[in-house]
Parts: sequence; structure tokens; C-alpha cells
Amino acid sequence: MTHQAHDNSYVSYLDYKGKHSGIWAWLLSTDHKRIGLMYLTGIMLFFVAGMSLGFVMKTEMLSRGETLVDAQTYNALFTLHGVIMIFLVIIPGIPAAFGNFFLPIQIGAKDVSFPRLNLFSFWLYMAGGVVALSSLFLQGGPIDTGWTFYVPYSLRTNTNVSLALLAAFLLGFSSILTGLNFITTVHRLRAPGMGFFRMPLFIWALYSTAWIQVIATPVIGITIVLVIVERLFSIGIFDPALGGDPILFQHLFWIYSHPAVYIMILPAMGVVSEIIPTFAKRTIFGYKAIAFSSLAIAFIGYFVWAHHMFTSGMSDLARIIFSLFTFLVAIPSGVKVFNWVATLYKGSIEPRVPFLFVMMFIFLFSIGGLTGLVLGNLATNIHTHGTYFVVAHFHYVMFGGTVIILFGALHYWFPKMFGRMYNEKVATVSVILIFIGFNGLYFTMFILGYMGMPRRYWDYLPEYQLLHTISAIGAYILIAGILLMLHNLWKALRKGPKAVQNPWGGVTLEWTVPSPPPLENFDEIPIITHGPYEFPEAKGVK
Amino acid sequence: MEITHTHSKSHTGYGGYVLIWLILIGLTVLTVSVSGIDFGNATLPLALLIATIKSVLVINIFMHIKHEDKIFRLFIGVALLILIVAFVFTAFDVFFR
Amino acid sequence: MREATYNEQVTDGTMNIKETNPISHAVSEPHPHVHRDDIGSKLGMWLFLFTEILLFGGLFILYMAYRFQYSEAFHIAARDLNVNIGTLNTIILLTSSLTMALSIAAIQKGKRILSMTLIASTIAFAAAFMVNKYFEWGAKFAHGIYPGSSHLLEKEKGEIIFFGLYYSMTGLHGIHVMVGIILLSIMFVSVWRGKTNPDKFIILENSGLYWHLVDLIWIFLFPLFYLIH
Repeated sequence: MTHQAHDNSYVSYLDYKGKHSGIWAWLLSTDHKRIGLMYLTGIMLFFVAGMSLGFVMKTEMLSRGETLVDAQTYNALFTLHGVIMIFLVIIPGIPAAFGNFFLPIQIGAKDVSFPRLNLFSFWLYMAGGVVALSSLFLQGGPIDTGWTFYVPYSLRTNTNVSLALLAAFLLGFSSILTGLNFITTVHRLRAPGMGFFRMPLFIWALYSTAWIQVIATPVIGITIVLVIVERLFSIGIFDPALGGDPILFQHLFWIYSHPAVYIMILPAMGVVSEIIPTFAKRTIFGYKAIAFSSLAIAFIGYFVWAHHMFTSGMSDLARIIFSLFTFLVAIPSGVKVFNWVATLYKGSIEPRVPFLFVMMFIFLFSIGGLTGLVLGNLATNIHTHGTYFVVAHFHYVMFGGTVIILFGALHYWFPKMFGRMYNEKVATVSVILIFIGFNGLYFTMFILGYMGMPRRYWDYLPEYQLLHTISAIGAYILIAGILLMLHNLWKALRKGPKAVQNPWGGVTLEWTVPSPPPLENFDEIPIITHGPYEFPEAKGVK
Repeated sequence: MEITHTHSKSHTGYGGYVLIWLILIGLTVLTVSVSGIDFGNATLPLALLIATIKSVLVINIFMHIKHEDKIFRLFIGVALLILIVAFVFTAFDVFFR
Repeated sequence: MREATYNEQVTDGTMNIKETNPISHAVSEPHPHVHRDDIGSKLGMWLFLFTEILLFGGLFILYMAYRFQYSEAFHIAARDLNVNIGTLNTIILLTSSLTMALSIAAIQKGKRILSMTLIASTIAFAAAFMVNKYFEWGAKFAHGIYPGSSHLLEKEKGEIIFFGLYYSMTGLHGIHVMVGIILLSIMFVSVWRGKTNPDKFIILENSGLYWHLVDLIWIFLFPLFYLIH
């Protein structure tokens, strides 16, 4: 591998001087890499905020009765935890941060199709974040509806629902614009020779995700607007007192929010498909199968939304149909997992930090996926609906899936993004702590839920004491692991050793440009002549 | 690296647009005049059919889709398909409660 | 799928929000190259239109559900709507769509003044639509039919829902018409100043797409609200 082909004869995107200086050189930059980095900063800050709320909640549940906060505060805590983690961390997470940074590089482009629109969508993200946080401190108090904003309670409560909804609307708009930008970029700006089937699988995943962002998000937009209008003018559309049907709110909410689950997980799957070939030094097994399964997941994702509503009182026919389609989603997901595992077979595997995150992902996501079958099944759903089982399930898929890969992507691309390397030993220790803590925290919740512990409750019966205690201890270990990881990365950012151009021996285009990349990525646009994962030294890699 | 202009070609002429407009007005008059007649269960589908014909004309001629790349039609197809899925699957609930 | 793709910065098209030019930061490339990708801009515009369609789609789904549930009440409530104003507005919007399409054809042929006249008439039709809407809503309000009014609350639930949908759907559509007026006014100035010209009219085309979409939505709103008795 050639190291630093360009030596110091270039100016990296971190160093160039534009017409603005100081903070404005970032806030007004239309460079996709700077925008990606700003998203990453925002996402990590909000993640820490959401994690702190989780910490308070778990400490409250450490013992029965009031431990730290009262019941109303607890309602606000789980709502905010959900709103922050879903709308501000997981949904923008990988696409907005790593997608922005690497999508143009991986297809051999200098930027996205609409750079200014890209900046605008970052501002919308920040505006959404600010509005969401301001709803905490303004009169009325933090919202207590749960992140799903179900009517009619969200119409009746006196907390700042409208403001939080406005935040969600802005964030949704931001997400739409990012998606629109990515679709156009993929169609229009691929390097010469890069056909659709020579695109890295991360791009396929982002492309599929972008379609969901564009097509599904407007539905939540209108739903949000209607709830706000309902609160202001009582138009009656969702208000049962005026003839409205609250179940229709749930339909509209989940028409977006279920596909949104795939907005969250598909990019993570894309990252996995990048990391695995790099560390197995083998071309991916079943490239086309993985590429199409991304599209298939995005598509089937539109047919399953009402599996969140099995106990809402909707028609039996709908319940059967939605349950059936829910099982179908398992097929493309399974296709991916099997192809990843097949790629590893007879690969020369280097179990370095990003790879460890991927292994953790496969383990946790499989548990999350399999317990999803329990919930997708009508009969067992009745038993587990609204219990800790659901909480455990979605933390396994959302946290164990998306956020773990967010961390993995951070470790994979960190040397490329910042041109510095972190301490791999410390990182490995943090991976182990996160793994132990995670399972301690959430696996107990499966058992608790199965035993009947309802979600969102502030107190519990004595028989749940032991498991709640284990769960809280797991949370503390998990948080310790995350803090260690963040500390390690922070230290690397400040004084880590210089990273080489290609520390892992990857073959996608981002590894052909210097670390950190120059302003417009490529001196000369590359001409693509082969697929994304062809390893020249395929046999004997040291 | 050359600059490539990807202009769209010229579309329908003035006369063509006016013709389409006349058809659209005609369909509007039609849909208003038949609205007084009771076709039973067919009333709503008939009104929607006329509206659909009108929108096909607007999309194809006024919005130039007839002259655009295939990719635009594919995009529109995907978007409409998903919209229809949302309608049909919601109907599975509300029509069968 | 078009395989011909290009790698230049695209700084053109209607998607530009801010006045910062990304190229001007460049130090690595002293002679930045501005490339136009009209198809890319149009692709972006269509994707945006899809979001509009899905936005209204959510409301149409609600309409479907409630019309099924309250079909009697919907028929009764629709009698309060004025078919003549609705028909007139339909014709106005269709005609504005025609002038919009013609203005693009005119600019392509280099007829700047004609194009400006046509854009101005599109704006005038849009304004006429809003004036009609104002009188229509005003008459409803005068009869005490508006969200939360005591007169409306005495009616059947289905009728309350009908008017809830009526106000939110035509209201949202009206907002889009007003945005269209602003957008087209900007286009008028753009043609006037020659920024939009026979060689570069993608912004006008995209504005046209938006305007036709506003028309399209009305094509469905009209029979669903005004023609159901």
C-alpha cells in the first residue's frame, strides 16, 4: 500500500482557508466533509445528553418507590430520551454524519449534488435540536407523551407538545433534504465507469435509505402539523370527542415511523458491508444479493407499519396481513446476515477494533431480530405488547444495531476523517465493557417483559427487584465503556499519532485519498474499472 | 473536463398546450355536470377517474414527463406505488373493522 | 438509468439556498469549474414534489377513512359548499397552469417579454384564486362554520370532521398557492434581469413543476369536496 502519496503537498479539508474564518468557516461551509463532521459533533453531543437521561432513569429504577425523581419527571425523562435518541441521534446518525462525509468520496465525486441545500439541512437539524431542547425550559414543562405523541393524550396534556412536534417537523424536513440530495448525487455524480453495480454497498444502503427519507417522512410531517392544528383550533380530525379516530393517528404515525426504523438500520448494515471485506481481505459474498436486499427492505418496510398497533383495536384482517408482511422483512435481513458470515468464511480475518464492533452488531442484532419475530406474531404480541420485552427488543436493534455501528464506523473511518489514530488497546477494552454492559442492561429486560413488567412505569412490584438491579448495574458498565471509548477518541483527536492513508488495507475509494482528505477529495476524478471489493493481495495478507 | 450542458429539448408547442387546456376545461365541465346525476356506487369512482385523466394530462404534457428520460417515469411510479400501498393497507383496517 | 455522470460541482438549480459558493473556498483548485446539471436539478425537484404528494397523501388517507365512516354526514355537509366558486377556481387554476407552461415554451424560443407576460398572468390567476378562496371562507365564517364554532359543534360528528378536513386540506393547498405566488414573482424578476434566459431556464422549469403540482392537488380536492351531493 502506498502511504501518503501526496505527502504534505496538499491542504486538507480541516485546514483550508475559505472566505469565512473561525466558527463561520464551519457553519457556512458547503463542503460535504465539514458538514458531515458538524453533524457528527451534534449527534455525539445529543447522544451523551440522551445517555445521561437514561442513566437517571436506570438509577430511579434501581429500587422501588421514589429513588431519584418523581413520577411526572420520569414521564418526561423517557419521552425526552426517546425524542433525542430517535430524532436527533439515530435517524440522522449514520447517513447525515458518515453518509455526508463518505458518499461523495466513495462514488468518486467532489461533493453532493446540492451543496448549499446540504448546509441548509444541517441548519434545520440544529434548529430542530434547539427547539427540542428549549421545550424543556419554557413554560408548560417538558413533554410527557412518550416519543410517539399518541393522541388523544397529546391533545390534552398541558406540556409543551406543540414545540416538541415543531422540532420533529424541522428534523424531518432536514432528513428529507438530505435524502433528496443523496438520491440525486448517486444518480448524477458517480465517477466515470462506476455503474450501479460497482458502487460500494454502503452507497446502496444510503441510496435505499434516502428513498425512505423522501417518501415516508412527509407523512409524519402532515401528522405533526395536524396535531398542532388540532391543539390550536380543535378541527376534530384526531379528537374522539369531535368524531376523530385516534387509531388513524397511529396509522399515519407508523406509516412513517416504521419505515423510519429502516432509515435507522439500513445505513448501519451498509457500514457492516464495508467493514467486513476490509478485515476479511475478501470480496464480499453475494454483492448483488446484499445490494438488492437493501432495496427490498426499504420497499417491504412500507407494508408492515401496523404491527405496532396489534392491540389498538384495528380490524382482524389488517392484523393478519400486517403480521404476514412483517415476517417477510426477515428474509432480506437474513440474506444480509448470511452473506456477511459467508464472506468471513476462509477470509484472513484481522479482528481489529472496527471488526469487533461488527461482530458485536451481528450478535446483538440477531437477538433483536429474532425477538422481533416474537413481537410480529399476533398471539405472542398480545402477551408482550407494551412490556419491557418491547423496550429490550428495540434497544437490541436500535442501539445494538445502529448505535453500535455508529461507534464502529467512527473507529473505522476515524483515521481517515481526522488523520490521527486512536489507541487500539483502550478501544478494545471499551468494546468489551460495552458488550457486557449492554447485555446486562437489556437482556434482563426481555425476562422482565416476559414476566409482565410494563414499559414506562415509574415503580414496580417486589418480584422484579433482582432483575431491575442487574439491569441498572449493566447500564453503569455500559456507560463506563462508552465514556472510556469517547475519552480514547478525544485523546486521539488531540494528540494521537498521525494516521496513514490506508491503515486497514481497504480498497474502496476513500482509502485512495490522503488522510484527512483534501478539499475536493480528488486531484483527478478516478476512472473505475472494477467492482468495489477487489483485493489485489487477496491471498497472503500480512 | 468539458462542460456538458444537459438541456432538455423543447417540448410541446403553444398550440399543443392550448389543446390540452381545452380538454382539461372540458373534463371539468363534464365532472361538474355529471355530479348531479346519481350513479349509485359508481359516483365516486367516476369523479376520481376523471380527476386521474386530468392529472395524467397535466403530468405528461404540462410537466413534460412525456419528453423526459425514463428515469423520471420510474421515480414517479415508485412514489405512486408507495402512496397506493399506504391507501390500500390503511383500507384493510378501516374498511374491515 | 443514465450512466453518463459528471463530477463537477453543481452549483446551479433551484436547490440553492444560500449565497455561499462552495467553489470559492478552493485552494487546491485555482480554476474552479462550474458545471450545470439541469437533469440533476430536475431530478431533485421531482423528489421534492414527491414529498409534497405524500404530504397531501396523508390527508387524503384520512379523507378516505372518514368518508367511509361518515359517508351520510359528508353528503349533507358538502351541501354547504359553493359549487360555482369551486368550479370557477378549478378553471382559474387550470388556466394558470396553461400560462405557466406557455411561459416556459416562450423563454425557450427566446421571447422574453411574452414569457414575462405569461408569468405575470399566472400570478394574477393565482391571486384571483386566493381572492375567491377568501370570499368562500369568509362566507363560511359568517355562517358560523369554522373549527371550534358553537354552530359547528352542534352538528353531527361527521360534519365536524368534514369541515375539519375541508379547512385543513384547502388551507394547506392555499398556503401552497401563496408560496407559488412568491416563487413566480421571483421568477418574473429573474426573467426580467436575464438570469433566466433561453440558455438557462431550469429554475423556471422547476418553478413550473411546482405550480403544476399545486394544480394537480386541486384537481383531486375539487371533486372530493364540492361534488359529493
